[in-house]
Amino acid sequence: MTSIEAQVLQPYKYGFVTDIESESVPPGLSEDVIRLISAKKGEPEWMLEWRLKAYRHWLTMTEPTWANVKYGPIDYQAISYYAAPKQRPKVESLDEVDPKLLETFEKLGIPIAEQKRLAGVAVDAVFDSVSVATTFRAELAKFGVIFCPISEAIREHPDLVRQYLGTVVPTNDNFFAALNSAVFTDGSFAFIPKGVRCPLELSTYFRINASSTGQFERTLIIAEEGSHVSYLEGCSAPTRDENQLHAAVVELVALDNAQIKYSTIQNWYPGDEAGKGGIYNFVTKRGACRGRNSKISWTQVETGSAITWKYPGCLLQGDGSIGEFYSVAVTNHRQQADTGTKMIHIGKNTKSTIVSKGISAGHGQNTYRGLVKIMKGAEGARNYSQCDSMLIGDQCGAHTFPYIDVRNSSAIMEHEASTSKIGEDQIFYCKQRGLSAEDAVSMIVNGFCKEVFKELPMEFAVEAQNLLGISLEGSVG
Amino acid sequence: MTDRFLLEIEDLHASVEGTEILRGVSLRVGTGEVHAVMGPNGSGKSTLAQVLAGHPAYKVTGGSVRYDGKDLLELDPEERAREGMFLAFQYPVAIRGITNSYFLRSAVNAIRKHKGEPELDPLDFLQVLEDKLKAIGWDDSFMNRAVNEGFSGGEKKRNEILQLAVLEPRLAILDETDSGLDIDALKTVAQAVNMLRSPQRSFVVVTHYQRLLNYIVPDYVHVLAEGRIVKSGGKELALTLEEKGYDWVKPVGAAVS
Repeated sequence: MTSIEAQVLQPYKYGFVTDIESESVPPGLSEDVIRLISAKKGEPEWMLEWRLKAYRHWLTMTEPTWANVKYGPIDYQAISYYAAPKQRPKVESLDEVDPKLLETFEKLGIPIAEQKRLAGVAVDAVFDSVSVATTFRAELAKFGVIFCPISEAIREHPDLVRQYLGTVVPTNDNFFAALNSAVFTDGSFAFIPKGVRCPLELSTYFRINASSTGQFERTLIIAEEGSHVSYLEGCSAPTRDENQLHAAVVELVALDNAQIKYSTIQNWYPGDEAGKGGIYNFVTKRGACRGRNSKISWTQVETGSAITWKYPGCLLQGDGSIGEFYSVAVTNHRQQADTGTKMIHIGKNTKSTIVSKGISAGHGQNTYRGLVKIMKGAEGARNYSQCDSMLIGDQCGAHTFPYIDVRNSSAIMEHEASTSKIGEDQIFYCKQRGLSAEDAVSMIVNGFCKEVFKELPMEFAVEAQNLLGISLEGSVG
Repeated sequence: MTDRFLLEIEDLHASVEGTEILRGVSLRVGTGEVHAVMGPNGSGKSTLAQVLAGHPAYKVTGGSVRYDGKDLLELDPEERAREGMFLAFQYPVAIRGITNSYFLRSAVNAIRKHKGEPELDPLDFLQVLEDKLKAIGWDDSFMNRAVNEGFSGGEKKRNEILQLAVLEPRLAILDETDSGLDIDALKTVAQAVNMLRSPQRSFVVVTHYQRLLNYIVPDYVHVLAEGRIVKSGGKELALTLEEKGYDWVKPVGAAVS
């Protein structure tokens, strides 16, 4: 093993299990299970009907096989679709939250206890199928910003939810989105009213704890005319031999002149060195730039999961709207990622930027898959795409599938791609200046990812750099 | 007597991918001395520089190297650097996304940490950097560019010398620093090197051409051919070589030591 490779082999640091009494529904999926979930959430009838419709459609669909990833069949009847820590049915303040839950999030670096909160960041903490706490809600409410668990939004703000839910990612969009629509349990809801610049970063932290369960979260963010919001999600899960399914749906809606910045730091358990265990992260994320001059920006740092399958995209409907995608995806050991974006240009003078950085180490397989589609009416559309791959070691792979579909001749498209290898010479150069191999690798990788990291909110850029350092430790020689 | 020498190479043998390149090099460099190592292509000049710095592609198969009384070959490349050995690369590599000043500060701090000195914060470092730039008469135009990325040949070599100035090594090895430089760039680089000469600092200047030695005047000149030092002398040796060519010193049978 070269010294480069020796550095990536660092154990997962978030693999602990919280010992907490929980209730879960028995494994299996049926209309009865969906009714049970809906009842547990105290949902109105329309929501249940919406779920059942999605479920009935899902039954007619087949699992997609086109992604460049390999895994055994998933037994959807062996998954439990609801797990929640036992606690009082309604928690009025953080003092009533089980201290074990607070401890769990603190251990993950997400303090939600009043005195330890992250300054400037409102956090919604989701544990298995339920949201356990959302901070700074009262402060946000002063600005008219709603930030709460989606299950609560369905009860408290049904008109808003009904107006937007499923309008960006329809229930029948794809196999996993349909499944999510049928069984989703929690997630975050954010509403930024007209003209408001959200005073805090909004953030959701997803933690899978229970075994044999899937996590199906649903996030909906609505930015009204002229509003701005920056949202960040993080995630992790215990070390387990079994594969666990995480199938989320995220929908964003930006109206005229609104801006949404959505950042993800994904650190699900990636499985062990031999590829045993790990999360299957099959996620549908899409933002609709409905209004003129609206802007949606996706930034993701993906270091976890055994398999990642996600393409955060933008529907550029409003004239002059802008879509951005900045991504770092790391695959180490036996991890596989098939990720990228979809930019659909519909309005006039729409613009999209794609910067994708794939890093493969160990036996990791990293695929960029992207679609840039310029519709007939999208006069004056522009796209810039840049896909860079970095290889560490000689057992890993990088693949690129850029799809370009242009139906308007006024479009300007640019595509750049590069593949590089962290070489002994680069490491040696750094060592000759006195740097350790670890510092050299971390410096080279961070430099490679810089264009993406600079898009992250300040508070999380450092976390992302550290995370990258950890997940690549032991990979370089 | 031996501690008079900062670097003592004894009968050094080294190979790359199974091919022996160095076949018994012996060389002693005293503190404050400037030694030029000259030789035709393929004589092993650059290999010698790389082996001294500890490049993993080269295997030492025999002999010994002592540096400041320590067994150099026992030290990792980063330890050699922290102990004050600096190699100005013939082909410096680029590191995208990392600014020169960040890279250099990380290097300075790695060395300071090793010496038990406090690390420099960005502002302190900026001061150090400005002082060094002023001392060698250069501006800071490429400090905020990524390390060697998109640098011209001359900029790369200047950058190596700037690193030398900031890291303040006890032994600086210049590996063909003159290659690819036009005469103006060569003069600029040589002037900076001359300003960095000091009684506490030794230099090993590896070069193919005598030209560089017009500007960096060595105390000693050694000629390397087929992996051995075949002739040593004062600075005049370089001129003789220029006149007569390397054929003049081609080894016939045994090496001259």
